[in-house]
Amino acid sequence: MGIIRMEYSLYDEIVKYAKEHLPEEACGLIAGEENEEGRLVKKVYYLTNIDHSDDHFTLDPKEQFAAIKDMRANGLKPLGNWHSHPVSPSRPSVEDIRLSYDSKASYMIVSLMAENAVLNSFHVENEVVTKEDLRIYSEEYYF
Amino acid sequence: MIITVAGEKKEYKDGLTLPELIESENVEMPEYVTVSINEEFIESDAKATTVLKDGDNVEFLYFMGGGQ
Repeated sequence: MGIIRMEYSLYDEIVKYAKEHLPEEACGLIAGEENEEGRLVKKVYYLTNIDHSDDHFTLDPKEQFAAIKDMRANGLKPLGNWHSHPVSPSRPSVEDIRLSYDSKASYMIVSLMAENAVLNSFHVENEVVTKEDLRIYSEEYYF
Repeated sequence: MIITVAGEKKEYKDGLTLPELIESENVEMPEYVTVSINEEFIESDAKATTVLKDGDNVEFLYFMGGGQ
């Protein structure tokens, strides 16, 4: 797996959305482009956590399909999903690992347990977790 | 016949069944995959008997969930 790039504004949106949905876990999908060098996240989808729980999440399947349809219409590739951990670190839990069925997906987790949010991305295959090389970038300049 | 699988047009033999397509596409852990054909969900107990036809649009959707 190569580098995964994500524009800062998308990262910022995920963090804001996740904080707005506290105490529940928030979740969604990521889509973009992929080549030999890696992945570029171009769009983040915000889906309903049908568990409405502070320690579990399940994406709404109907919303998942609607998001996939939107990705196809916009020439984007499904790249994986993201969810928040309101009070635990940015790493897959035992349950996250057990339920990671798609080895082609990037599994992003944003932790809100500390003052500053932490976002990491993981590859999970046969219940073996590998941290991916996620890089947040910005094309804006601040003076 | 031509069917669209996960956004890609592909040629398959006529009379292809859904289980044959799942095997051919190397879908991992198919028991945890929801299938839609032409935007209609396929019930789990109908997967084994579903036959695809020319022009169908198939999407595979993994269950996505977890817990902290």
